[in-house]
Amino acid sequence: MKKNILHILTFGLILGAFITARAGQITVKGSDTLVILAQKWAETYMNQHADVKIQVTGGGSGIGFAALQAQTTDLCDSSRKARPAEIAHCIKAFGKLPTEYKVAMDGLSVYVNEDCPVKELTLDQLQGIFTGKIKNWKDVGGANAPITIYSRENSSGTYEFFKEHVLKGNDFASSAQTMPGTAAIIQAVGKDKGGIGYGGAAFGTGVKHVNVKKDDASPAIEPTEENVENQTYPIWRYLYVYVNPALDKDDAGAYLKWIRSDDGQKIVKDVGYYPLPKNYRSNH
Amino acid sequence: MSQNNNQTKPDRQVWTGIKRGQSWHPVEWVAEKLIFLVSLTAIVMVFLIFAFVTREAVPLLLGQINSAATQTVIPLADMDKTPPEVLQAYLELTPEQFASMDRDTKLLLMQTKLDAAKEAPDDKDARINTTEWRYLFLPYKWTGYEQPSFIWQPVSTIKKYNIVPLIVGSIKATVVALLFAVPLALAAAIYVSQLARPKFKEVIKPAIELLSGVPSVVVGFFALIVIATVLQKTFGYESRLNAFVAGIGLGFAIIPVVFSIAEDALTSVPRSFTQAALALGASRWQAAWQVVLPAAIPGVFAAIVLGFGRAMGETMIVLLASGNASIMSWNLFDSARTITATIAAEMGEVVAGGDHYRILFLIGSLLFVVTFLSNMAAQMVMERLKKRLEGKA
Repeated sequence: MKKNILHILTFGLILGAFITARAGQITVKGSDTLVILAQKWAETYMNQHADVKIQVTGGGSGIGFAALQAQTTDLCDSSRKARPAEIAHCIKAFGKLPTEYKVAMDGLSVYVNEDCPVKELTLDQLQGIFTGKIKNWKDVGGANAPITIYSRENSSGTYEFFKEHVLKGNDFASSAQTMPGTAAIIQAVGKDKGGIGYGGAAFGTGVKHVNVKKDDASPAIEPTEENVENQTYPIWRYLYVYVNPALDKDDAGAYLKWIRSDDGQKIVKDVGYYPLPKNYRSNH
Repeated sequence: MSQNNNQTKPDRQVWTGIKRGQSWHPVEWVAEKLIFLVSLTAIVMVFLIFAFVTREAVPLLLGQINSAATQTVIPLADMDKTPPEVLQAYLELTPEQFASMDRDTKLLLMQTKLDAAKEAPDDKDARINTTEWRYLFLPYKWTGYEQPSFIWQPVSTIKKYNIVPLIVGSIKATVVALLFAVPLALAAAIYVSQLARPKFKEVIKPAIELLSGVPSVVVGFFALIVIATVLQKTFGYESRLNAFVAGIGLGFAIIPVVFSIAEDALTSVPRSFTQAALALGASRWQAAWQVVLPAAIPGVFAAIVLGFGRAMGETMIVLLASGNASIMSWNLFDSARTITATIAAEMGEVVAGGDHYRILFLIGSLLFVVTFLSNMAAQMVMERLKKRLEGKA
């Protein structure tokens, strides 16, 4: 009899431990752009809330949405807005629109080799270069040398954003070489005197960023933190987190709120992105 | 006869390391069956993988996928007027899903259809289903392009899925790899199996085979950083990363494959061939080149074919070192985008079950078929060689 009670007690303990562990667990999946920021957020938040476990994985925004539909993740990081087809899949899976939160801002820099004399480019010139209409540096005020385009893989949110906002939806030139990450682009441009590439605000040896003009008349803007935050620098985007509204409560809800609070936004700067404008933040 | 044997055995009492007798060993029996099962699983796995990959591509093969950007939309107001069957097909729902879904949810779904339609460009090509065979394999003059061309632009307002540039890219990188690796590997195999002194042989053979233990991502990184720079300085071509660089990198990956199979084939030629040749006055070089190599030719061929399969299927090296531009160009010094690199790079972001997803599985199964056939051909040739050398064919 005593033994039985002991068994039941142990079983209950294990079950209880399992349930509490499950309750404090938040899974985050999605964009590789956001993965470092998401990990940093998770780390800081877990330090402050010992009872919450946050598990962050990357893979890509598409992977994140697939997991959101399959309900194998609580939060989905995305570096782009959800596509209608993905929203449709979510509605079919859990009957509601997924809730969208803006969580950070990102400014994209355009990199050239440090020996390249070109200092500034207009959005039109950038479009011409990346769609392959402008093939030589001399057409944009540089030396007489062919332009080599370095782009991101078409699976990247950065690729899509650049295509939409700078190329105005036109296709990248077929000759654009695609690199697996911003670091690879910087590395390639640093070794190629005629190279041009784009990526998040990161710095590397051998490359410099060009200042971007909205059109011929407007001033050339440097991609600094201030210029991105006040949105005068023309190439910027929001980064998002999507969540099933049914799960946007308890721990996950509190975590989402914290991310968008002043505390959470402080961390954004540390990993090279830009904090949200005040009106998009939450009052924590 | 057998009785006789049984009687003589105890007398000898020679220890052979094996316990004699016909008693039943259950452990051995179980182990044997387990091993049999494991080997069966390998076969089953191959079929399962193939079945899975092709299953994902089947809707595309059957023409059930429509990637047209502009499709007819039903306005929200017309929802109640639309017959349920039409609405169900329009919203891509199964009858059960449709029955269990409330009106508001259906409205939400209809809204996503409207949103998708709003994003669609106003363009003559927007109504084209770009997953049809002719758009996959034949050039087409898309809006904004000057001439009919083979275009792989799967993330675009009008998705262009021409897979010819990818096939060309794979072939380019593979050809360079074979041209670079096969002569080196064969020379090394002939040297090691026929000419080298045993001392050298003991060093060279494991050294080359060690190369196959280098992870391909390391080879790829080496190609990206070092080989690319060195080759560009030597040859002075324009694009730093290209099929040539990737091919050389791939070559390092297939040298051990070609070498060890060719070396096996050359070594398995009976010693008597060489001895006969030497006895007739041939030099060691002549014996190796004119007697042993011709005898082992099917094995050498198999080695090359296996190397080809490995080069076609290798991903990481080409992903890093080829530049991945989907250009339709046979120039080896132009960048190339291979089938494998495309799958690896793009699978992460595709909408699961969408047209892009299906296309990636289609080229995946294409790759599977090519490597499977080449491996099978190599196996068959090897079998024939074995029989020939044993004098059975």
